[in-house]
Amino acid sequence: MSIDTLAQEHPGPHDVSHIRKVAMWVFLGSEVLFFGSLITTFLLYRTRIGDGPGAAEIFDIPFTSVSSFILLMSSLTMVMAHHSASRKDWRQMRVWLVATAMLGIVFLSGQVFEFTEFVEEGLTVSTSPFGSSFFVLTGVHGAHVAVGVLLLLATALMSFTGRLRDGEGMNVEIIGLYWHFVDVVWIVIFTVVYLMQV
Amino acid sequence: MLMATMTPTLEAPPAARRGVWGWLTTTDHKKIGILYGSSASVFFVVGGIEALLIRVQLATPNGEFLSADAYNQMFTMHATTMVFLVIMPAAAAFTNYFLPLLIGARDVAFPRLNALSYWVFLFGGLFLTVSFFLGGAPDGGWFGYAPLSTQVPEVVRMDYWALGLIIIGLASLLASVNFITTIFTMRAPGMTLMRMPVFAWMSLVVNFLLLFSLPIITVGLIQVFLDRNIGTLFFDAANGGDPILWQHLFWLFGHPEVYVLILPAMGIVSEVLPTFARKPLFGRSFVIFSGIAIGFMGFGVWAHHMFTSGLGPVAESAFALTTMFIAVPTGVKIFNWLGTIWGGSLRLNTSMLFSLGFIAMFVIGGLSGVTHAAAPADWQQHDTYYVVAHFHYVLVGGAIFGLISGLYYWWPKITGKLLDERLGKWHFWLMMIGFNLTFAPMHILGLNGMPRRTYRYPEGLGFEFWNAIATIGSFLIGVSMLVLFWNFYRTRRRGEIAGPDPWDGRTLEWSISSPPPEHNFDQIPVVEREDDFWHRKYRTAEDGTAIAIEPPPNMEFERDEDIHLPSPSFYPVLAAAGMFLVVMGLVYVPWGLIAVGAGAVTTLWGLFGWSMEPITREEH
Repeated sequence: MSIDTLAQEHPGPHDVSHIRKVAMWVFLGSEVLFFGSLITTFLLYRTRIGDGPGAAEIFDIPFTSVSSFILLMSSLTMVMAHHSASRKDWRQMRVWLVATAMLGIVFLSGQVFEFTEFVEEGLTVSTSPFGSSFFVLTGVHGAHVAVGVLLLLATALMSFTGRLRDGEGMNVEIIGLYWHFVDVVWIVIFTVVYLMQV
Repeated sequence: MLMATMTPTLEAPPAARRGVWGWLTTTDHKKIGILYGSSASVFFVVGGIEALLIRVQLATPNGEFLSADAYNQMFTMHATTMVFLVIMPAAAAFTNYFLPLLIGARDVAFPRLNALSYWVFLFGGLFLTVSFFLGGAPDGGWFGYAPLSTQVPEVVRMDYWALGLIIIGLASLLASVNFITTIFTMRAPGMTLMRMPVFAWMSLVVNFLLLFSLPIITVGLIQVFLDRNIGTLFFDAANGGDPILWQHLFWLFGHPEVYVLILPAMGIVSEVLPTFARKPLFGRSFVIFSGIAIGFMGFGVWAHHMFTSGLGPVAESAFALTTMFIAVPTGVKIFNWLGTIWGGSLRLNTSMLFSLGFIAMFVIGGLSGVTHAAAPADWQQHDTYYVVAHFHYVLVGGAIFGLISGLYYWWPKITGKLLDERLGKWHFWLMMIGFNLTFAPMHILGLNGMPRRTYRYPEGLGFEFWNAIATIGSFLIGVSMLVLFWNFYRTRRRGEIAGPDPWDGRTLEWSISSPPPEHNFDQIPVVEREDDFWHRKYRTAEDGTAIAIEPPPNMEFERDEDIHLPSPSFYPVLAAAGMFLVVMGLVYVPWGLIAVGAGAVTTLWGLFGWSMEPITREEH
């Protein structure tokens, strides 16, 4: 193999977008183990409800299904944002970014509502190991959604300044990777924590 | 563009890069490597003093030197410091400084993230250490077993421990993302993965281990912190929680962590032995694949730390088998190293002596490790000094010997001066003798039943003699370290000038000046084979001996015209300082919440400034 082909096959140090994408994938690999440990904890404690309410008594599956659907739809708008960014249609990109963030905020509001309901029905972090592991798992996921919302809004805002214009498409793609990952984790949580426990 | 006009801008750094401000804002992987190394040395002194205090207490029966409470803090902080604040950052120092040089890059993939990793690590280390002055240091063991670590929430010592490890873990996680990305995307043309030096390979494996194991302990530490502070019941057995869950989460991290500590040393030894035996590494690809195998299997043996927790015969048999099995790739490496020195023309300088010492001591530690794999025998050894002997043979005789070998090997590249060989040999032999005097007796003490983590032992159990010997040995190790620091000090003033290639090296870092220029390579090298630099200097005769190529290769290249170096940045240290405030405040909720708020704002300010800052300084 000649040196020229080697040099071509090998991404040079200036291919910044490629480097950042690799880094995001690597980071998400770590996140898999993070959520894996939290979900494992939940599975260990799913029936240890002490004197408090159990899953079947408090989960409102229709409500959580709707909020799950909303979060899944935000992946669609995220794809649209990325699509617009790759066409360098910055106005459209901003619209889709804000739409994605809004769907995320609706999901988070649903989670806050759900948490208050559960507390009223007698389930808190210190009611039972079931309560501890449920709130910490879904709370940590919610925190990930919140970070995603901040990233989306920050990117939308920064695109007005024009300073990040050259890198914008790439930034949107990387935030998209993160956002889709958080969505996929929710599919697992919704299935394992909600659907399989009622 | 004329070379003459360009050179001065690179040689003379702008004023902002000098002095304390220069170090605070540096994004140069070499300077960050030096920072990691210096911090690790300071923490090594701290952890060493803790160890000596422990040995003074145990020198005689019914020791009066430390109270039980002080002793608990000492053994907890000795282990926590040595693992997280000495061996890991010392390995990170070498990875930072040499990974880009070994793979022919000008820096890591994310220089500012690299700076952030360092500063978060440093603030995490300070956070753990200041606890001594704020009501006492963590005292629940470096493994923080629940419920011991979750009880008495009024005493904040284990909050320091949990939060400190969370942010030190964050620092390592960011660094692992950075290094993995660097290895995958920044290699010089022709530097295929299999042509990478073995140290770079071991770094890759280590960083994957960190990437996958740190999130697990982070979850456990969050649970400990919440159990202590907001009343969750994760490890509260009285209310249905399960303390054994903590042991699983901890050791699922803790065992890969063992390989995080030893693999960098194995990488260093795999660089040092070929250089000083003047032979290529024997079975190079086998060494690499053994490292990968250790990385995979390292995640499948954790429960051998828990044989006495009642896992049941099936789980215990399974983990006994995987534990014996993981000895195979480790043993393979030993034979590769022996094969490398076999028939080589050996130069027995200090670096080489430490590498040979590594092999011998690591074999002893490895063999006593295999004895733990047999579950019934392990029940007998569990929590005795036999275990202490075992892991000090692999962590001191293994990891520390390997890292010191790397220090003597690479010091001339970092400073431009050779360390004194006579002092070096004094250091080696004092340390070798002191180390064996300290830890070999612990095998006997352990098999005679002396338990770990007890602050005194009564007279008449036969523990007196070997404990006294161990204490003498530990002070010999201390003396050997003074020799090392004296060597640093002396050679900085009047050391022999090293020149670019003092050891007749094989890898790319020896092809550039010592210390390397800020941009590392005038021209990014094009690599054609393994040990490329060696093959530019030597060809192989028919009988296998190396013949120098005449004339020697010209290593002066015209400098590339567009060298992009990362600009210095103040934001990483700012963001890290913010995180320090956050964890400090979290210990003292509720009034600490003010510090949490201030810290969060500072961190956000740092990250925002970071994202708005132009990335590279143009140099044409």
